Amino acid sequence: MNTPSSSVPETASQAIAPLAISPTRLLYWSVRRELWENRSVYIAPLCAAGVVIFSTFIGSFHSPERRRAALLLDPALQRAAIERPYDMVAVMLLFLAFIVGVFYCLDALHGERRDRTILFWKSLPVSDLTTVLSKASIPLVVLPLLTFAITIGVQLVMLLMSNAALVMSGMSATTSAQLPFLQRSATLLYGLIVMALWHAPIYGWLLLVSGWARRAAFLWAFLPLIAIQIFEKIAFGTSYFAALLNPHFIGWLSGAFVPAGRGHFTMKPLTALDPGAALWTPDLWLGLAVAALLIAAAVRLRRYREPL
Amino acid sequence: MASIEARGLRKAFGTSIALDGIDLHVDEGRILGLIGPNGAGKTTALNAILGLIPYQGELTVLGRDPWTERDLLMRDVCFIADVAVLPRWMRVSQALEYVAGVHPRFDRAKAEGFLAKTTIRRTSRIRELSKGMVAQLHLALVMAIDARLLVMDEPTLGLDILYRKQFYDSLLNDYFDRTRTIVVTTHQVEEIQDVLTDLMFIDRGRIVLDCSMEEFDSRYLEVKVRPESVEAARALKPIHERQIFGRSILLFDRADKERLAALGDVRPPSIAELFVALMGNQS
Repeated sequence: MNTPSSSVPETASQAIAPLAISPTRLLYWSVRRELWENRSVYIAPLCAAGVVIFSTFIGSFHSPERRRAALLLDPALQRAAIERPYDMVAVMLLFLAFIVGVFYCLDALHGERRDRTILFWKSLPVSDLTTVLSKASIPLVVLPLLTFAITIGVQLVMLLMSNAALVMSGMSATTSAQLPFLQRSATLLYGLIVMALWHAPIYGWLLLVSGWARRAAFLWAFLPLIAIQIFEKIAFGTSYFAALLNPHFIGWLSGAFVPAGRGHFTMKPLTALDPGAALWTPDLWLGLAVAALLIAAAVRLRRYREPL
Repeated sequence: MASIEARGLRKAFGTSIALDGIDLHVDEGRILGLIGPNGAGKTTALNAILGLIPYQGELTVLGRDPWTERDLLMRDVCFIADVAVLPRWMRVSQALEYVAGVHPRFDRAKAEGFLAKTTIRRTSRIRELSKGMVAQLHLALVMAIDARLLVMDEPTLGLDILYRKQFYDSLLNDYFDRTRTIVVTTHQVEEIQDVLTDLMFIDRGRIVLDCSMEEFDSRYLEVKVRPESVEAARALKPIHERQIFGRSILLFDRADKERLAALGDVRPPSIAELFVALMGNQS
């Protein structure tokens, strides 16, 4: 066996039948696998939706009184008062998606090494690129779409309950008239896309750290960012780094939504949105380029990774 | 045709050398047992073959470079590490679906057929299965893949003797067909002695022994020497000597069978005894 022999015959690689599975199918199954493993991705927003619907149900006993009070206001304020709970639900689910995405990413490439399953995943003909892309697609594609569907569902239920409560108290069911639903849905979808794009470098960074850190991925992810800001502030008295990060965390909100006083963000009507302005800022594109680099680094890193 | 071809395969982790430039040539249709003490470099060698770690030296597996073409290589290579690598959260049905989804050579009906012979339920999560059942499941998944090379790293670790026996029996009866190649490492050498076609001892990153089982059978002989012949036997330069119940047992390499028969009872040694003899001499 150990005898020197000629190099492997040329036919060796040709003998392998060209049986293959399309990249999209590999990606599809990889994403499905992620959802099987990380059920919190959909359970968390569904739980939040359940809580909102239940509390709206309880609250609907008072809704006729509130509506009467709202109707005394002038039309602009009237509309804002009616829209507010719907906006709050949307913003709450948006932030929930961000939190779920952060924790998902921190564990995505760490968990498989911790529980040694990386050996099983790597024993299958799925490339590191497909695997990391499927993991990145959870916060960038799956969570926004899921959040959109759940938010729309919750808002519809809220609308029906509100109308039902009004009708039962002898008022006309005018909530739907006050609430341009389709337009609001489009605005929400736009907001989710903008958010995913702004957050992309954060998710890329978290994926990279989760593939790199041996333990305490959370600390490795956030402490360096804070340390750099403190260093910069003390050493140079500046805060460029913070200014660079801020739009990617929450700064983007001012581009997509307008603050409507008292810390509430409310959705701009679609007509007032300028997708160009939100999408053509250099900060966003710089962030996307950084995200692509971070994800590429995570792909490269996974090749070297072994169980912890 | 060569399944695995390595020349000067080397791997160091920091200052410790796990593989010290080994040469390896495994032909198609062989069942190679890679035997060595803990930390000898067996797993490192397998990881290099599977494209899990970078290495120095030349290595081709089924004509491919495992480090740069792992995902393509895995269409034709199956790998079973010890039982702990199947994801504990996964359901048996999900494991079947997922492998069917991503593996072009997976035959789901075949896997279902293997599972039907066990008590594993499709709805169970893997964490609910016993170690033996997990090994059965992994074997069922792997045997349903029409692969050309199967690599197993301590596949029966922690299993009881019934499961271990069954594991190798079904591997031989339902899977091995003389065109596939199998590479296995294990500490339970006695159980695979009849299974192997080739044997390799590895210690401290170097190959200590590399021979086919036919060669093993013809080269090594063990003699339970009669007390009065001990000195005569020692003069024939045994490679190892041990005492059992006051009788000396001497192991010979390439000795004349006729002459040994005159000294006592001659029998083929077990792999484990040769291992102890060779590794003991090393240290």
